[in-house]
Amino acid sequence: MKLEILKELNAERAARRPVIVVTDTSNGEQRLVKANEIAADPLRAELAKQLRMGKSGNVEVGAKKLFLNVYAPTAKLVIIGAVHISQALAPLARSLDYDVTVVDPRTAFASPERFPDVPLVAEWPDVALPPLNVDAYTAFVAVTHDPKIDDPALLHAFDRNCFYIGALGSRKTHAKRADRLRAQGAKDSDIARIHAPIGLDIGAVSPAEIAVAIMAEITAQLRLAPKEKEEAA
Amino acid sequence: MLNRDEDILQAAETWQKQGHGVALATVVDTWGSAPRPAGSSLVINDEGTFLGSVSGGCVEGAVVTEALDVIASGQPKMLEFGVADETAWNVGLSCGGTIRVFVEKVG
Repeated sequence: MKLEILKELNAERAARRPVIVVTDTSNGEQRLVKANEIAADPLRAELAKQLRMGKSGNVEVGAKKLFLNVYAPTAKLVIIGAVHISQALAPLARSLDYDVTVVDPRTAFASPERFPDVPLVAEWPDVALPPLNVDAYTAFVAVTHDPKIDDPALLHAFDRNCFYIGALGSRKTHAKRADRLRAQGAKDSDIARIHAPIGLDIGAVSPAEIAVAIMAEITAQLRLAPKEKEEAA
Repeated sequence: MLNRDEDILQAAETWQKQGHGVALATVVDTWGSAPRPAGSSLVINDEGTFLGSVSGGCVEGAVVTEALDVIASGQPKMLEFGVADETAWNVGLSCGGTIRVFVEKVG
């Protein structure tokens, strides 16, 4: 691997941008493809597929056997609300390899006793969220049921291009939330990105089941191609 | 996770800048129940120091030896390791795994 490629690879990864290194294993010839270059690449279909799966693998192009090494950032999950559902959701998400952070300004909720081993930020969203660097590899979930906490958090998520945004509440609750967010300047296209009611419809009742429904929906959003997503919804 | 790839690749860059000869070994193919997935890597320097893993400990010794050759020659190499059932039993791995490892010089 040429030093320039290694340096670029490390820089992209530090910035949490996905990259793929394409190697011709017969002669060591190599190139690096950044996520925003995939669309114009001759291997775009293969590159996009491997990246979506977060999996490295081989492809044969003509007589060449190429190895596509995918370097995708670790996905993050930001949970707004240190509530009962979050106590089930945080460990489940960690077992799926997400970096999890729980945000709740209410210190009685955001306590290490309730959330052992989970990074907790007991601050309001305007203070807690900017340092978390919410990005395109972040899933964002608002479950406090308290508009004073959830609404500003959702407005932050809209600006950060998160791959998933979900918010707890029935259709009725969500309709009211949509009105409030619009009044605070949110666009209809932003509001349409919120998954609400949150989670896949699997009839979840208990907090742990709701956590499963949420992680299933987040997984689908991360892994399925756009067309498959429409069919699953 | 034992060693995150970012640490390994950062080490490769650091060692290279310090003037070491460096090689990168990457799992490119697996069959059967191989212990580490494609894309897993090991970085080796000219003193034989290494970071990361391609098999969870089973073939690292052989990879390091080959990597020193690659550092010296500059020519990439493809290595193939089969984990025979009996051997697998002895080292406590699930049996029948095979991996191919691509070794290349950095720089």
